[in-house]
Amino acid sequence: MSALSQKHMLGLEFTPKSDIERVLETAFSFREVLDRPVKKVPTLQGKTLVNLFFEPSTRTRLSFELAEKRLSADTLNFSASASSLSKGETLRDTIQNIEAMKIDLAIIRHNTPGAAYQLSQYVDAVVINAGDGTHEHPTQALLDMMSIKEEFGHIDGLKIAIIGDIAHSRVALSNIYGLRTMGAEVTVCGPPTFIPPFIEELGVNVSYHLDEILPEMDVINVLRIQKERMQTALIPSLREYRALYGITRERLSGLDKELTIMHPGPLNRGVEIDSDVADSEHSIILHQVLNGVAVRMSLLYLLLGGQEAKGGANA
Amino acid sequence: MTKKPKAELINAQGISRTLTRLAHEILENVENMDTVRIIGIRDRGDHLAKRLAETIKQVEGIDIPIGFLDITFYRDDFRTKLSQPSVMSTEIPFDLEDIDIILVDDVLYTGRTIRAAMDAIMDYGRPGSIQLAVLVDRGHRELPIRPDYVGKNIPTSEDEQVRVHLKEMDEEDGVYLYEKEDEE
Repeated sequence: MSALSQKHMLGLEFTPKSDIERVLETAFSFREVLDRPVKKVPTLQGKTLVNLFFEPSTRTRLSFELAEKRLSADTLNFSASASSLSKGETLRDTIQNIEAMKIDLAIIRHNTPGAAYQLSQYVDAVVINAGDGTHEHPTQALLDMMSIKEEFGHIDGLKIAIIGDIAHSRVALSNIYGLRTMGAEVTVCGPPTFIPPFIEELGVNVSYHLDEILPEMDVINVLRIQKERMQTALIPSLREYRALYGITRERLSGLDKELTIMHPGPLNRGVEIDSDVADSEHSIILHQVLNGVAVRMSLLYLLLGGQEAKGGANA
Repeated sequence: MTKKPKAELINAQGISRTLTRLAHEILENVENMDTVRIIGIRDRGDHLAKRLAETIKQVEGIDIPIGFLDITFYRDDFRTKLSQPSVMSTEIPFDLEDIDIILVDDVLYTGRTIRAAMDAIMDYGRPGSIQLAVLVDRGHRELPIRPDYVGKNIPTSEDEQVRVHLKEMDEEDGVYLYEKEDEE
């Protein structure tokens, strides 16, 4: 029984506000650990974690690995290309063989939506979704929310725009669920081909005109153009996309207030965001990276821990 | 529902007197106060550390820097116990190399909290020495740890719990004895 209301972290769609608040609150304590001379605590000594990455990943994988090492856990790394999957073994067999090695927690990234849920059905171990196709990427949304909270002190009432390729983005979906749960006003903005139909039903505003919404926003979360997930040409050209939706110094200089700029990475510099904006004082992109380690430490700690103690236990 | 205490062990005035005595004992025992820092273990040792530092200032006029330590990540019962307290922040705003630490906690029992606190401190640096000051020592040690400054020794049974109430958190000062609550 974990300290959260759920055994796994498969997504933010059904994650209650109390769980998000607890993860963020604990993550800020882990941020302090990351500033210490010795950035390691013995909390998860004896726990065995496996990183199942069936899809390429740099920052998420590194962030999880670092979080695991900072908590003194034993870790196994699995990459699909070097596994028996290439010899014809099914995903289920691979998972059950790994579970037979007595693991406590599995982190999975897969290109199929629902893969993390499916894994949670086969194993006794705790499962964390590190991105399942175009479905969800809950830890990215949690670190985004932590970065917003660090910047503003709160999330509720803020006006936040998610800009770009909403249709192909698991980051966008997890952010929409999480930010709505925490009481933010969310607007999605991009070309019509990037906005899924009926997305308003998730409680978000929709805009196709970036310059109209920018003056009202507190935060903009700029998404990457995901060429690898596009089956057909959804935009005429990257140059046209930049002209209409790119975050440029010129576009921001006309605003009355300063925006906080976020990006989940990796950046397509000169497409969805210009270098001088990405590297400016308004950008918290590198804070997001540091908060990513803290949020993942928090999640590992809370999902592998017990229930909240009754006060006043002597020791 | 909170149970009623079996007995009041120390009243508000008693806590105040005890802290004054502990402050005098520290001043009497420590040769060079320049290298002393007080670190309180959250979540009640921190308030006791503040009060101890204030008392030392009143008595001797010395400002001793204080820090606060949360030892949650260092607990050795993470895998075996169903309890997981909320994490609080650690604030140690000074260098620990070669300094003399007085570690402050409310109740000394098994010694496991103090072991965890020492592990945490060692991750910040290598202090010259660590001394331990506790308001209550209730016995039942499971590790070879002894306090240097004790407010009151109170023999207890394993079926009891000692709880310190402090104005900063509980609206009143007092030390009470309770029947131990079963953990579900």
